[in-house]
Amino acid sequence: MAQATAKAPTHNEALFEYLLRMGDNSLVLGHRISEWCGIAPALEEDIALSNTALDLIGQTQMWLGLAGKVEGAGRSADDLAFLRDAWDFRNLLLLERPNGDFGQTMMRQFLFDAYQMLNLEALKTSSDQRIADIAAKAHKEASYHLERSRITVIALGDGTTESRTRMQAALDAHWPYIGEMFAADAVDIAMTHAGIAPDPASLRPAWDGIVLPALHEATLRVPDGDFAHRGGKDGVRHTEHLGHMLTTMQWMQRAYPGATW
Amino acid sequence: MYAQMIKSTGQGVKTLDEMEPQERAFQERIDAGGKIEPKDWMPEGYRKNLIRQMGQHAHSEIVGQLPEANWITRAPTLERKAILLAKVQDEAGHGLYLYCAAETLGITRDEMTEQLLSGKAKYSSIFNYPTLTWADMGAVGWLVDGAAIMNQVPLQRTSYGPYARAMVRICKEESFHQRQGYDIMMKMAKGTAAQKRMAQDALNRFWYPSLMMFGPSDAESIHSAQSMAWKIKMNTNDELRQKFVDQTVPQAEYLGLTVPDADLTWNEEKGGYDFSQPDWAEFFDVLKGNGPCNTERLAARQKAWDDGAWVRDAMMAHAEKRAAQKVAAE
Ligand SMILES: [Fe+2]
Ligand SMILES: [Fe+2]
Repeated sequence: MAQATAKAPTHNEALFEYLLRMGDNSLVLGHRISEWCGIAPALEEDIALSNTALDLIGQTQMWLGLAGKVEGAGRSADDLAFLRDAWDFRNLLLLERPNGDFGQTMMRQFLFDAYQMLNLEALKTSSDQRIADIAAKAHKEASYHLERSRITVIALGDGTTESRTRMQAALDAHWPYIGEMFAADAVDIAMTHAGIAPDPASLRPAWDGIVLPALHEATLRVPDGDFAHRGGKDGVRHTEHLGHMLTTMQWMQRAYPGATW
Repeated sequence: MYAQMIKSTGQGVKTLDEMEPQERAFQERIDAGGKIEPKDWMPEGYRKNLIRQMGQHAHSEIVGQLPEANWITRAPTLERKAILLAKVQDEAGHGLYLYCAAETLGITRDEMTEQLLSGKAKYSSIFNYPTLTWADMGAVGWLVDGAAIMNQVPLQRTSYGPYARAMVRICKEESFHQRQGYDIMMKMAKGTAAQKRMAQDALNRFWYPSLMMFGPSDAESIHSAQSMAWKIKMNTNDELRQKFVDQTVPQAEYLGLTVPDADLTWNEEKGGYDFSQPDWAEFFDVLKGNGPCNTERLAARQKAWDDGAWVRDAMMAHAEKRAAQKVAAE
C-alpha cells in the first residue's frame, strides 16, 4: 500500500496516471522490440517483430494522446514520450529490461502479451468510452501478438537442448517481474471503483490459464516463489536500464528543442 | 543499382541464326515480350546471371535495413519512428520476395545467405556509407530509394516471370519510401538553421554514392549487352543515371538545397543535365570492401546469423517433433 505520506489521487490525476501506464508500457516495449529491426534470427521474425513494434508505437500514440488531453496542460503524445525523465515514466519494470537473446525477448513478450490481451479485453467495456475505443483496436493487435509469442515460446522451449536451456533461463530471469502486473495500488483502486479499468489482481487466474499450459507445452518449469520487483508503474524506482533507453530515444528532441520533424 | 557489376557468363550475344532451336525459341519468346517461368527451359547463363542479380538485389534489401535501422531508436517523433519502422520492415519483405523468387531457379535462401556472408555475393555499394544524422533518413529515402525506383520500374517488365512479379510489388512500396524521404528533407530544409545544415550535409554525402548506384558506364560491356538481350537488364547504366539526375536536380532546387557539383548545367541540346561523374576509384574501393562501413555491415549480418542459429535449429527441431507426433497419431 501507499506510504502514510502519500495522499489519495484525485480522479483526474489517477486517470492521467493510468493512461501513462498504458502508453508507457506500449512505448517502452515498442522501443525495445524496434531494437531488433534488421538483426533478427530470420527474415520472417524480423518482419513480425517490426510489426509488433509498429502496433505498439501506434497504441502509444493513442494512449499518450489521450493522457495529454486528460492532463489538460497542452502536452502532446510526443511531448510525453520525448520530454519526460525516467521518474515520470509509468511502465512495468519487465518491459524496460534489455532484450537479451531472442528467447528472452520472446518470453518477455509472451508474459506481457497474455496480461495485455486480458487487460484490453476488460477495457473494451470501460465506463470511459475513449478508453473503450482504444482498447477495442489494441485488443485485436494484442491477441495476434499473443498467439505469435505463445507458439514461439512453445517451439523454442520444446526445440533443442540448447533452446530449452535458454528459454528456462529467460523464464527464470523474468519471473520476479511478473507480480508488478497484478499488484493494485491507489491508482488502480480508483480506476476500478470508477468502472474504468479492471482490478489487476482479477486478471491473474485467466493469465495463469493462458501462460501455465503454454509453459508446460514448452517443457519449461514454472519458477518457485512469488517475489515481485516493484517500482515501474508508480515510477518510484525504475531499473538503471530505462535511463539509457531514454538517452537514445529522446536525444533528438533534447538536442534540438522546438524543431519540427 | 542494387545489382551492380553483374558479370555475365556469356561470351557475347549470339544472333538467332547461331542458336540451337531450343535456345532460339527461348530468345524469340523474350523478344516478343513473353515471360520465362521456373519450369521452362533456359540457357545456363541466363539462370546463373539471374541468380546473381536477384541474389545481389535481395542482399541489398537486407543489408540496406542496417543504415536505416541505425536511426529507428533515435527517431525524433512517434510518427517518424513508426514510418521508419514500416519502411525498414518493407525492405525485409522485399528481401523475402526476392529470395523466394530466386529460389525458383534452384538455389536456397540459406545458400544465398552463405554467399553474402563469405563475400562471394555482393550487395549495393550505397549501403556501405554511414547514416550520421536524422537528415540521412530523408536523403536515403529520397535519393537511394529514388535511384532504386529508376532501375526497378523497368524491371517490372523483365523476362523472368517471378522476378517481374516481385518487382511489381516492390515498386509500389518504393515510391512510398521515396515520398517519405522527400517529406523528411522538406521538413528539415524549411526548418531551423541546424536542420538546414543537416539536410545540406546529407545531400553532400549521399549525392555521389547515389550516382554510383547505377554502376560504371557500360558502353563497352559485353555482359551488359547479353543481359539486355535477355531482358534481365532493361536500360544502360548511363541512361538510368541521366534520368535520375534530371529528375532529382529540380527536386533539390525546390528544397533550396545545392547539389554538390559545380559543373552541373542544363544542356538544352540533349534535354538533360551535364553533370560530374562520381569518383570511380572510390566506387571500386567500396566494392573491394574498403567502404566506410563494409566491415560493420557484414559483421552485423554475420552476428545476426550466428546469434540466430539456435533459434532456427530449435524451430526446425520443434517442427520435426510435431510432424513425428502427427504421424505416430495416425
Ligand atoms: Fe526495397
Ligand atoms: Fe525502399
